[in-house]
Amino acid sequence: MALRVGCAAPPGKALENKTGAWRVFKPVFEPEKCTKCGMCAMVCPEGCVHETEEGTFEPDLDYCKGCGICVEICPKKGIRMEKEEK
Amino acid sequence: MLEFMEGSHAVAEIVKRCRPQVIAAYPITPQTHIVEDLAQMVANCEIDAEYITVESEFSALSACLGASAAGSRVYSATTSQGLALMFEVCFNAAGMRQPIVMTIANRSLGAPLSIWNDQQDSISLRDSGWLQYYAEDNQEAADLHMIAYRVCEDHDILLPAFVCFDGFILTHTYEPVALPSQEEVDAYLPAFTPYQRLDAEAPLSMGMYATPEYYMEFRYEIDRAMHRSKQAFIKAGREFGEQFGRDYSALVEGYRLEDADTALVAMGSICGTVKDAIDEMREHGRKVGLLKIRTYRPFPAQEIADALKGVSTVAVLDKNISLGNGGAVGTEVKSALYGSGVAVYDYIIALGGRDVRKRDIAAVVDLAEKGKGDMFYGLRTEVL
Amino acid sequence: MAEVEEGCELFSAGHRACGGCGPALAARLLLKATGKNVILVASTGCMEVFSTPYPETAWGVPWIHSLFENAAAVASGIEASLKRQGRSEKVVCVCGDGATFDIGVLCISGAFERGHDITYICYDNEAYMNTGIQRSAATPYGASTTTSPAGACSLGNPHPKKDMPGILAAHGAPYVATASIAYPNDFVQKVERAINTPGPCYIQVHTPCCTGWGFESGETLAMAKLAIETGLWVNYEMVNGQVQKAKKVRRKPVEEYLAKQKRFRHLFKPARRDDVIANIQAVADANAERFSIDIKPKESSE
Ligand SMILES: Cc1ncc(C[n+]2csc(CCOP(=O)(O)OP(=O)(O)O)c2C)c(N)n1
Ligand code: SF4
Ligand code: SF4
Ligand code: SF4
Ligand SMILES: [Mg+2]
Repeated sequence: MALRVGCAAPPGKALENKTGAWRVFKPVFEPEKCTKCGMCAMVCPEGCVHETEEGTFEPDLDYCKGCGICVEICPKKGIRMEKEEK
Repeated sequence: MLEFMEGSHAVAEIVKRCRPQVIAAYPITPQTHIVEDLAQMVANCEIDAEYITVESEFSALSACLGASAAGSRVYSATTSQGLALMFEVCFNAAGMRQPIVMTIANRSLGAPLSIWNDQQDSISLRDSGWLQYYAEDNQEAADLHMIAYRVCEDHDILLPAFVCFDGFILTHTYEPVALPSQEEVDAYLPAFTPYQRLDAEAPLSMGMYATPEYYMEFRYEIDRAMHRSKQAFIKAGREFGEQFGRDYSALVEGYRLEDADTALVAMGSICGTVKDAIDEMREHGRKVGLLKIRTYRPFPAQEIADALKGVSTVAVLDKNISLGNGGAVGTEVKSALYGSGVAVYDYIIALGGRDVRKRDIAAVVDLAEKGKGDMFYGLRTEVL
Repeated sequence: MAEVEEGCELFSAGHRACGGCGPALAARLLLKATGKNVILVASTGCMEVFSTPYPETAWGVPWIHSLFENAAAVASGIEASLKRQGRSEKVVCVCGDGATFDIGVLCISGAFERGHDITYICYDNEAYMNTGIQRSAATPYGASTTTSPAGACSLGNPHPKKDMPGILAAHGAPYVATASIAYPNDFVQKVERAINTPGPCYIQVHTPCCTGWGFESGETLAMAKLAIETGLWVNYEMVNGQVQKAKKVRRKPVEEYLAKQKRFRHLFKPARRDDVIANIQAVADANAERFSIDIKPKESSE
């Protein structure tokens, strides 16, 4: 790939960096408890929590770093952390 | 038609005709007349530009960088302490490949504080990735701005440029200058087409950081663009000659060099004095010539070697000093002539506005021919 | 939720911030406010570094980084250029507290005085994180950093936090606000208001940094919230220099906030430094007084 003049780049490439590999713990979402408030998606620093077809939420484990912010924020305690099985 | 005018005014008039869209500059002697003239032109609606009255040179160049990245042709001017304050932005603007043209009204750098001329300021930025062009007189100073925009904005080059002319000696001196009309300048310099720009329709991240996997290659690309700019300059200089009758297709220019035994090498306004001195020495039968360096960056090493092939002695006049290692130009000329058998001597001269007369040039030639050099010339030993 | 989704797209996953990074969340939220018609200007620092190792940019909008201290000047040039071209993008600086409170003050002051139509957002993580947690003028009194370490004869950072919003309001900025990632919608609304207010506007958003402050990554928002609940951080707006709205709270003692962070650990171990804790409590009390944030009995929270 030729270098882009001025150390510039178009969007998109960060997605090639799968930060999910950093994870030690992973969030496990329990859709039964979810009231669809959307807070978990709003506050995830990775922006990797997505709405499912049912309107509940799930993390994209390719990018989830396992920080636990979603767990803390969920008003229904519908997300818990589990040790990542490697 | 020749008009009699101040050097700064000639530069401002030409810059106006180059149609910069954003101007950001901060006043500093002896650059002030240029930016004052431009401010007045903007105030009079003679020029369709945003003039940003920045609070510092650091912001002046930073604003130019931003405006250039957003897709505008930009202009700034500074000198000395102002240029030193821009140091970090200079490297950055070149690395980000922004085709900014900036006039340098060459002045010494403190301490001690001095407003007078030498070329320490721009030469100290020789490694920054800016093209550096030096003018001998006000006509050349004005003309080089048009050429600089042509070269910088060439999509094969994309580098910023200093157009350097000596503070006071040229900036504040009245000389006859031929000013091309707006139509003529437009015919020579097309409207700015950015290579890439910040644009919500086509997002781009500019000025990202490079890991060791990429950094060297980016620097290599800048260096290659520098070298390519030689041909771009030659072409732009030749076409300038075709249109305006003043040819600038040479990176270095010889004066009575053909049969010379001793050659002086110099940049900027001192070349005028040197030429007069040479004419006098020639009348006394001395085979002396001058090689004027017009483009200090990229450094025309091969062109210098070719031009000085026939001489036995070279005296480089350095209006700067790389403290602890002699003059910057002398060092590079020595390296260009390495192995050629030519004796090269370096003279630190005219620092901080010290006057240089024809007899000083003759004295330097005497010293060189006696094998004495690599020294300060013209020190007032009585005050030491 | 559609807007949230758009925010996710504009600042994409794959960036290299620490897990639980407050500034990374601020980046996402601010793009939710700006949408696509924006040009961002970044300063050197954590956010720049974690989002743009060549060629892996996380930004889906035009973004430029030049230096640590010149974002406001670069933005001035961009704004002038857009004006000349008749373009409509909003120009928004996103810079750390070091870039804003310390090294960039010259450029910021110039840009605000000249009145460029830009929004300057400082993501305040209260130290130079990118270079390893050194103090800035935004570091709170008493915090231990690598250049203001606690020691036998040091209580940590000996200086109070600089009043940057006040300084910029004094420049005549039409809109100045503080915000916190603990209140995402409030932050988003403030950014929207700033970019739609002509002239130079300033927003300082509190963005806790788990790595630099020393707390668990999942607690980032909880920490931001505690800062507000103790009165150590106040969310307020200044319109034409007048404080208009400050978030009211039932204040908790500052100790609750301090005890949860390693940067204040020296105030509790090996021996309690009640004197320093009292000084920090006095900072919160002064904030409460200045902004009238205390909810009086019977008054309800807004
Ligand atoms: C002129 C200059 N001085 C120092 C640095 C080193 N440096 C890079 S980022 C940084 C600190 C950034 O702090 P802040 O703005 O608070 O951003 P953060 O990393 O905390 O997000 C420093 C000191 C630099 N890049 N340029
Ligand atoms: S925060 Fe909890 S309740 Fe709200 S959407 Fe997410 S999982 Fe559902
Ligand atoms: S653990 Fe952190 S990164 Fe993973 S989904 Fe939750 S908030 Fe996002
Ligand atoms: S050090 Fe702090 S600000 Fe920097 S990436 Fe990590 S959490 Fe974010
Ligand atoms: Mg910081």
